[in-house]
Amino acid sequence: MYAPDFAYYRADSVAEIGRLLRKHPGAKLLAGGHSLIPLLKLRLAAPPALIDIGRIGELKGISVADGRLRIGALTTHAQIAASSEVAAHAPALAAAAGVIGDPAVRNRGTIGGNVAHADPASDLPTVLLALGASFAVATDDGERAIPAGGFFQDMMTTALGEHDIVTAVDVPTAPEGQGQAYEKFSHPASRYAVIGAAAAVGLTGGKVGRVVVTLGGLVPAAIRAGSVEQALSGQAPSADAIADAAAAVSNDLGPDLIGDIYASAEYRRAMAPVCVKRALTAALKRASSVAEAPAARSPWWKPSWL
Amino acid sequence: MSTRIFGSGIRRREDPRLITGSATYTDDLTLPRMAHAAMLRSPHAHARITSIDTSRAAAAPGVVAAYTHADTEGAVAPAPCAWHLPDSDLKMADYHCLAKDVVRYVGDIVAVVVAESRYAAEDALELVDVGYEPLPAVIDPEAAAAEGAPQLHDEIAGNQAFHWQVAGGDVDAAFAEAEVVVSDRIIQQRLIPNAMEPRAALASYTRATGELTVWNTTQNPHIVRFLTSLVLGLSEDKIRVIAPEVGGGFGSKIAAYPADFVTMFCSRKLGRPVKWTETRTENYQATTHGRDHVQQVELAAKKDGTVLGLRCTVHAGMGAYLSTAAPGIPTILHGLMLSGVYTMPAVREDVYGIYTNGTPVEAYRGAGRPEATFMLERMMDVLAARLDMDPADVRRKNLIPRFEDGHDVVTSLTYDSGDYPAALDKVLSHADYAGLRARQKAGPANGAYLGLGLATYVEICGLGPSQVAGAIGFQGGLWESAIVRFHPSGKVHVFIGASPHGQGEETTFAQIVGSELGVDPQDVKVFHGDTDNTPMGWGTYGSRTTAVGGAALALTARKIRDKAKVIAAHLLEAAVEDMEYEDGKFFVKGAPDQHKTIGDIALMANVAWNMPKGVEAGLEASTFYDPPNFTFPFGAHLAVVEVDAETGAVTLKRYVALDDCGPQINPVIVEGQVHGGVVQGVGQALWEEAVYDEGGQLVTGSMLDYALPRADLLPDIEVLSTVTPSPHHPLGVKGIGEAGTIASTAAVYNAVLDALRPLGVSSVRMPLTPERVWQAIRDAKKSAP
Amino acid sequence: MTVPVSITVNGQRYDREVEPRLLLVHFLREVIGSTGTKVGCDTSQCGACTVLLDGISLKSCTALAVQADGAEVTTIEGLAAGEALHPLQDAFWEKHGLQCGFCTPGMIMASHELLRVTPDPSDAQIRHGLEGNLCRCTGYQNIVRAVRQAAGTTAGQR
Repeated sequence: MYAPDFAYYRADSVAEIGRLLRKHPGAKLLAGGHSLIPLLKLRLAAPPALIDIGRIGELKGISVADGRLRIGALTTHAQIAASSEVAAHAPALAAAAGVIGDPAVRNRGTIGGNVAHADPASDLPTVLLALGASFAVATDDGERAIPAGGFFQDMMTTALGEHDIVTAVDVPTAPEGQGQAYEKFSHPASRYAVIGAAAAVGLTGGKVGRVVVTLGGLVPAAIRAGSVEQALSGQAPSADAIADAAAAVSNDLGPDLIGDIYASAEYRRAMAPVCVKRALTAALKRASSVAEAPAARSPWWKPSWL
Repeated sequence: MSTRIFGSGIRRREDPRLITGSATYTDDLTLPRMAHAAMLRSPHAHARITSIDTSRAAAAPGVVAAYTHADTEGAVAPAPCAWHLPDSDLKMADYHCLAKDVVRYVGDIVAVVVAESRYAAEDALELVDVGYEPLPAVIDPEAAAAEGAPQLHDEIAGNQAFHWQVAGGDVDAAFAEAEVVVSDRIIQQRLIPNAMEPRAALASYTRATGELTVWNTTQNPHIVRFLTSLVLGLSEDKIRVIAPEVGGGFGSKIAAYPADFVTMFCSRKLGRPVKWTETRTENYQATTHGRDHVQQVELAAKKDGTVLGLRCTVHAGMGAYLSTAAPGIPTILHGLMLSGVYTMPAVREDVYGIYTNGTPVEAYRGAGRPEATFMLERMMDVLAARLDMDPADVRRKNLIPRFEDGHDVVTSLTYDSGDYPAALDKVLSHADYAGLRARQKAGPANGAYLGLGLATYVEICGLGPSQVAGAIGFQGGLWESAIVRFHPSGKVHVFIGASPHGQGEETTFAQIVGSELGVDPQDVKVFHGDTDNTPMGWGTYGSRTTAVGGAALALTARKIRDKAKVIAAHLLEAAVEDMEYEDGKFFVKGAPDQHKTIGDIALMANVAWNMPKGVEAGLEASTFYDPPNFTFPFGAHLAVVEVDAETGAVTLKRYVALDDCGPQINPVIVEGQVHGGVVQGVGQALWEEAVYDEGGQLVTGSMLDYALPRADLLPDIEVLSTVTPSPHHPLGVKGIGEAGTIASTAAVYNAVLDALRPLGVSSVRMPLTPERVWQAIRDAKKSAP
Repeated sequence: MTVPVSITVNGQRYDREVEPRLLLVHFLREVIGSTGTKVGCDTSQCGACTVLLDGISLKSCTALAVQADGAEVTTIEGLAAGEALHPLQDAFWEKHGLQCGFCTPGMIMASHELLRVTPDPSDAQIRHGLEGNLCRCTGYQNIVRAVRQAAGTTAGQR
């Protein structure tokens, strides 16, 4: 496929991105390109200019400080999946990053590009919402932080303003005892999430303590499953209790779910509790064995660049 | 030596160029002054073209020319259909290479833009102004055949391209005396072949000589040359068609395509080379699809499981136009195989070929035979379920016993050889079928239901006797050709008319020459795919290249051997009658130490210093081999699946494939064909379907939506074989290219339905996606008493 | 608008002026005539265009040439050391891991990536590592065998 013509600018700093955005109205940011380039090739997007931000060093890398993981916007899915810091402090994020697309896609796709694109079938928004992440955003007037709960507004729609740039993703480190999991029903062709469910659960005195459950794939933007959380909180984590709580997810799903020829809205509605149940079961299994280091998604992954 | 070469899994001779990126596929070629074509395709499934204006496109930067149908009037004839099915009231609609007045499927070509770069051509496509008046569209073949359906072609009532019938035995009597009749409605969904290499054509017309050279992604370059001469009105001797490296076909590179003729037209008109390569999106829209049957089938039997007869009606979607070989696929290659491996006293089938607003349907791996095998194998399982018999027992009860030299079946074919019971038994014992059944009886584990699915099959290959080809309306022969040429140093060139594109005949054919004449296969180079330097041949499809072309080659090698024997006798001063040949050595009976090798003979024949009287110089021979009958490979497959009843997800746990293709020239290559074939059939059962919406838009328009088999979704396939030589083939070989696909869709489907039986499910539409399986389980629960 | 780029492909540096919209795969195939890398789809699914960018795999149909400016690209043509095949090439040949050969350049480059991150993979890891590459001919089984051989592991499934 052949993209339409566009102008090309390369930014070397976050400040320059803002300057170029203001100078070239309608310009799109190019990071890994794995959301944007397919749209260009299919001629579904025809921006007058692209601003390549892919080389800005200050937007790359993973660090841990003050109870949070800071992940630079240009950090790739592969780097997140392979990171021992992410595996230790946000294992569900590592898991989700490791099931995006395929290895070559994970090598190029970035967390910043992913969340700014806000594809409902994407994996990261669901997990980031569950983990209470927030986004560091550079604006015309400086910086602001947008919590994940307010960031994903609708299908392909975020709280970002025209000149706003996601510079980093901040994820609170998992509290002692918390178990996390991400369960995905993949589309067999696109590998996108038909349904994705993330769970983060703590145990207190053998009972479920703080629990967060989120869902993506079947809704325009990832949602919290408040009914499930409420139903499970304070319960002993038996299989029945999990299943009963997961069934409550129907209360959290609005009337209009996403459906397509592969999986109808009706099927997705029926599978949502199954997906939630499996995510909760896996998360609780890890919550009860928190003394051990949480397993990385890919224990065989030995990155040479870290 | 012969035993060592024939039957040895030597490395492929094709591979060094392929694993290093040095191979040349059509799109890899660039010629001086080459321009690039892009096709403007209809966005409507059915519409009248009310206006068309290319002036803005033609004036765009980098654009060389833009053409529509009006420009090709008189210069490009419609793309021909070359299978004129007899006794079928066949009605062929004109398939204009650039649409004339009406477009009939999404992808029909409306205009072509030629530019200095493909990017410029694509930009200019957006500047072609076309007015459309949308017309109602229909995709489902049954709906298209119904009264009141949108009509595609003015002159063809009811969208019926043909009605064909096969009948044998007294089917009405069979159903009258039946103790049990089972029936099913089967949808053989539309599939997209997905050869990994998109189609392409590079046409180079030289005005000074009037010669046209075309590099083309085709399975049959000689047919393309012949049809090009008809479509473009060029003299056949001035057309050279080259199939360079071709990246898979699976039937989708048989047809002679409008886009290719349009590309040739552009080159001729412009006097410069023009290249066109389809995008995958175009491939999905306009390269031929496969299957698309709606089958209504009934099987008559006795209570003990003895089958009495089968009758069925098939509506076969042909798409908007008849592709090159299309009418023969759901008829000859389908209906004649309906008695399968069973003693079947009576069969009747009516096939209605129906025009629809979909992409034209052609041969797709297996081509008619998977649809027949599925129908029959499904009915065997339905019958077994009805009689509460094990599916293996029902099959065993009806299998044709072993035969070595001919068995007549009710559809008028004579199978060559077979041992179907042995194949079934070997699969069952290898897989521990009884153990698996016992495990199944123990009930589901963790919500996973175990299912076992069998498919025992026979297919028709080695197409075929040309006299039969003529009788069934194929507008060509079906023989194959080979030339073998020895050089002075004993090295060999082989020229064949067939056109392999991944099947490995550069290796297996070198092995045939090697085993017949005692030369190292490494010293045999096989030429194919270029109409200027290979003899006429009909192409590579229908598992026929080794089955027919291999026979031509073996007989050619034997001619060489006969001549070499005469020369050897002369050199050894012996009588020809006293000569013996063994493992590349010619010697006088009883004196093997005094011998001449084929290399010695090749040198002498080429220098010709001392030849026997009356014997020509050179060591070369050719054969045009017209087979006396088809070949009939067969086998038995077993699929083992688990179904997650909670989600409907199916996991293929094991797959055992036994295929008997006769003696195997290269067992590694045979195994590779089985692997690939099985997986393609699994794809149909579990994942693949071309889906159109109500308006005729292709919803599965890219690899984002059309699910192909992936490495992580599959288990290892356990490959077994038996060897039953064909009595009429010089090497006994039968063909293996399609076997896997023919059996595996039925085996996997039967396995899933076997798993679902305790849940009350008896039918699910393919592909067996989680939702469809889940829905079927839910429906069965609802209707349970 | 054109942009100057300097891209090193298989050790050879190429300085060219390109349109920003030019895909890396088209730079390889059409600008410098390195046609070993193939285009099999439009949507980043098939993996036929897989190459290494600074040693890490990417699908070159989903990258612009300008994004590779200053980088080193390794394609199938750059894998062998002179006459000596790369162990992966040799293993694909030995194990009959290819038929029509069209997916093979991408499949071998994806396998290269797989072994970079997983030097001693199980069969399941191989199958998952190749989830971004489609082959219509082989059914993948002999590709898995080839990768296993190249990894020097003959233990089979574990």
